[in-house]
Amino acid sequence: MPYETALAEFEAVIGLETHVELGTASKMFCGCATTFGAEPNTQTCPVCLGLPGALPVANATAIESTIRIGLALHCDIATWCRFARKNYFYPDMPKNFQTSQYDEPLCTDGWLDVQVEGETVRVPIERVHLEEDTGKTLHVGGLTGRIHGASHSLVDYNRAGIPLVEIVTKPIVGTGAKAAVVAKAYVAELRDLLRGLGVSDVRMEQGSLRCDVNTSLARPGEPWGTRTETKNVNSLRSVERAVRSEVERQAEVLRGGGRIVQETRHFHEDTGTTTSGRSKEEATDYRYFPEPDLVPIAPDPAWVAELKAALPEPPSARRARLTAELGLSELDSQAMVNAGVLDLVLATVAEGAPAAEARNWWLGHLAQQANSAGVSPDELAVAPAQVARVVALVAEGSLTATMAKQVVDGVLAGEGGPDEVVAARGLAVVSDEGALTTAVDEAIAANADVAQKVRDGKVAAAGALVGAVMKATRGQADAAAVRRIVLERLGVSE
Amino acid sequence: MTELTRMTAAELAGAIREKQVSAVEVAQAHLERVEQVDGRVHAFLHVDEEGALEQARRVDAGELTGPLAGVPLALKDVLTQQDVPTTCGSKILEGWRPPYDATVTERLKAAGVVILGKTNMDEFAMGSSTEHSAYGPTCNPWDLSRIPGGSGGGSSAALASYQAPLAIGTDTGGSIRQPAAVTGTVGVKPTYGGVSRYGLVAFSSSLDQAGPCARTVLDAALLHAVIAGHDPRDSTSIDAAVPPVVEAAQTRDLAGLRVGVVRELTGEGYEPGVQARFDETVQLLQELGATVSEVSCPHFGYALPAYYLIAPSEASSNLARFDAVRYGLRVGDDGERSLEEVMALTRAVGFGPEVKRRIVLGTYALSSGYYDAYYGQAQKVRTLISRDFQQAWMSVDVLVSPTCPTVAFPLGAKLEDPLAMYRQDVASIPANLYGGPAASFPAGLSDGLPVGLQVMAPTLRDDLLYRVGAALEAARPAPAPPLDWES
Amino acid sequence: MPEITREEVAHLARLARLALEDEELDRLAGQLDVILGAVAQIKEVTDAADVPPTSHAVPLQNVFRPDVVTASLPRERALSGAPEAEEGRFRVPRILDDEA
Repeated sequence: MPYETALAEFEAVIGLETHVELGTASKMFCGCATTFGAEPNTQTCPVCLGLPGALPVANATAIESTIRIGLALHCDIATWCRFARKNYFYPDMPKNFQTSQYDEPLCTDGWLDVQVEGETVRVPIERVHLEEDTGKTLHVGGLTGRIHGASHSLVDYNRAGIPLVEIVTKPIVGTGAKAAVVAKAYVAELRDLLRGLGVSDVRMEQGSLRCDVNTSLARPGEPWGTRTETKNVNSLRSVERAVRSEVERQAEVLRGGGRIVQETRHFHEDTGTTTSGRSKEEATDYRYFPEPDLVPIAPDPAWVAELKAALPEPPSARRARLTAELGLSELDSQAMVNAGVLDLVLATVAEGAPAAEARNWWLGHLAQQANSAGVSPDELAVAPAQVARVVALVAEGSLTATMAKQVVDGVLAGEGGPDEVVAARGLAVVSDEGALTTAVDEAIAANADVAQKVRDGKVAAAGALVGAVMKATRGQADAAAVRRIVLERLGVSE
Repeated sequence: MTELTRMTAAELAGAIREKQVSAVEVAQAHLERVEQVDGRVHAFLHVDEEGALEQARRVDAGELTGPLAGVPLALKDVLTQQDVPTTCGSKILEGWRPPYDATVTERLKAAGVVILGKTNMDEFAMGSSTEHSAYGPTCNPWDLSRIPGGSGGGSSAALASYQAPLAIGTDTGGSIRQPAAVTGTVGVKPTYGGVSRYGLVAFSSSLDQAGPCARTVLDAALLHAVIAGHDPRDSTSIDAAVPPVVEAAQTRDLAGLRVGVVRELTGEGYEPGVQARFDETVQLLQELGATVSEVSCPHFGYALPAYYLIAPSEASSNLARFDAVRYGLRVGDDGERSLEEVMALTRAVGFGPEVKRRIVLGTYALSSGYYDAYYGQAQKVRTLISRDFQQAWMSVDVLVSPTCPTVAFPLGAKLEDPLAMYRQDVASIPANLYGGPAASFPAGLSDGLPVGLQVMAPTLRDDLLYRVGAALEAARPAPAPPLDWES
Repeated sequence: MPEITREEVAHLARLARLALEDEELDRLAGQLDVILGAVAQIKEVTDAADVPPTSHAVPLQNVFRPDVVTASLPRERALSGAPEAEEGRFRVPRILDDEA
């Protein structure tokens, strides 16, 4: 059943659980480095390997970051709380329990406003708590690299123990047909907020921002339906698609008189649909109890107040400021947020480019390139500073608009920085008078009849000579200068 | 000079310092002793001859100095020692060589102490007789047909059979004190947090504590001073000065000390001989200048049941890491079985019955629907017991009781009845739940077998234990084991 | 007095990843019954009063470490205890459960 039809008949309740990998230098409970991409098991120690006898010691910066996130989300910060053990077995868990928080999270009861199609939606936040990440398992021997059909698995614990902040919304209701875009807008806004706080690089593709989407449907007036949890939602676009897909699937089932099974579903990027994973009918008994190896956290209220006062401008305020300062419209800034390029545009402006130019590049050519490469704009291999440089080169006349795109594509292809690409590809605008004059004379000589027409007063015919020079210089000549020289050489004026 | 293996740690350290004897000679004498008698006692699971001699050489070369430099020591096999087999008395860690030293081990090495080897213990410190070791029991040097106590029977037996003058034990519910009591040696459980748990393979995290074991009070104090102190790698480690234990061990005076006899820890359930030795010892304390009164700690009777909920619960979680993935035993991996099956099989084969019993019990006590009824309630009992202690400190400085209700019982006598075994800890557990320091000192013999006096003190007042023990020892030296099986 | 069934013990054994034989399950059920009966008596004293639980013996709080990188174990050391290793990783037999 199509999404819109489903939400005309049913009401959706959405919940979002987001895991944020903090960008701390060291792990949550030990001093191992957290650098992404290191050789397997080279960033481990007795603590994060769960060796017998090892003990955790909490990372102060991770605690601080969690509190700052909670404050930015308007949460209450606990005056006293503890870590808890969440007990379950899995090979990527070195201790076969995860040190997390249970009934005493660091932050509770907050909210985040998101703009959706001109309206403000207040997303309620249930809790923000701190825990540790697991290792990574490679499944070998199966078809798709997933578990099913694998003959064995290989485990790397470099990621085990990296601090993870879990942000859980309260059920989001009353979104009507906008459920999917609200979910996406929330994740986008959250991502922006977290980036602004400097606590994580929040890259969904790298896994430093992970999203689980909970969905349930109910007919108006009836109690909430059974909800499913969808995992493997690895991009903003997937958030929206996952909600749409689940709403459609559940509506189909309910319409047909069936029952929704409480389960975990897996989102598939390629099909945009979800498949059944683990059944959650029998909820795992995690046997939570307070972590005896760690002592309670009692954040000093004065310190928390300082952190609150020092919070950076929230994204919504920054957008408003941008709108005012740079003369961009509300619609523009919303478009930039949705495309995930707000910070990139700002950074490009910070590097000296005019706002309109920066906007045009990131919402235009670069957004297209990101789309066709299947990546998000901030993953493109071009930095805001480089974009600003290209803009400057065009402004000073060294590059034409067409050439500018070629330069950017060259940077994306890894050919180097803008100036290097220009040099390597010989993309300089030819504006040297001598060179141009030579080229013009050659064109005149080769097109004597056209030249004669111009001398005779048909100035418009000069365009063909300009065209010939442009062709001869492979489009790199400064067209305006060429025209001027042509007319000069032929002794006519405009 | 007395035979090297009969000397105290303090004497040996002095002799080495004075160059009357070399550390290597001392080490060799003890290694020979181990070879001579440990076939009968089975205190050691692993003897590190090469490592011990190397360490001794370094002491002789002047590289390592300190009050205990060159003195041999037996280390309970629950503490990691880098590249030396550490089994925790379990098959699941057979052959495992840790890639790191426990903080206790590091401090011992830095102090020039010569670690002879790792001692036998009840598997993962769960037991009161060392009969639950996967490697066979240790025998009590006083009578080889009897248990040496547990879980640290290997350490106390090593002391009592003169295989080492010093040992390290760990105490969760009495595992240092009860072996000390039944082997006639000194065993001290420091204030919780007083000695780092980094590298101490966890049984019950909120209760475990490593501590010194020796034949004399001063030796135990010297060892205490070496291993205690803040460790930033242990979040539960106390950041305060180590109590003045050595100084206290050299005081022989009990004048002005108020001693409380815990009413709930005497009488019924305590063997008559144990009770009698206890009463005499209390009398002696009075003669030495202490004021003795009776104190009631009304909730101490609930300590045992609370412990047998808290400890197995924490243990069930702590032992989850033994899963055939990163270290230890792996069985049943035939290429067909899944990881889940291999894990379950390995754990079933690698863990002994007592460990499995406690894991299942702990899993039950923590499971949803039962947490509030069991683990949750037990944590409340902890509060009540702490309050009993706080109340007591208003009128007395230390509390005393028999360390355990019986003398060493015959091997096999309590294996069929877990509850009977658990009752060995009835007097020792309160101090673990409270977190305060407690010790066992020799208090005479009953039918030729040692009895221990337990002394308990307020948190961070470990020195008071040594003060009492030293005075007692000076007035009435502890009897030596007959060792008639030696010849 | 709780009556633990063999099924309950089997469930607990599964949760704890212990492959136990039937006789072991039965024996454990009996032993657990006895132990739980003995420990249930704590309710006498905790039900009466409104007592807060103690999770830590010592009143420490706010123990942290600065966010500073320290040396990790060299890889061979990290893998040294592994029952099986492959390509610098810990090798395990095929996993049945989906990731959590």
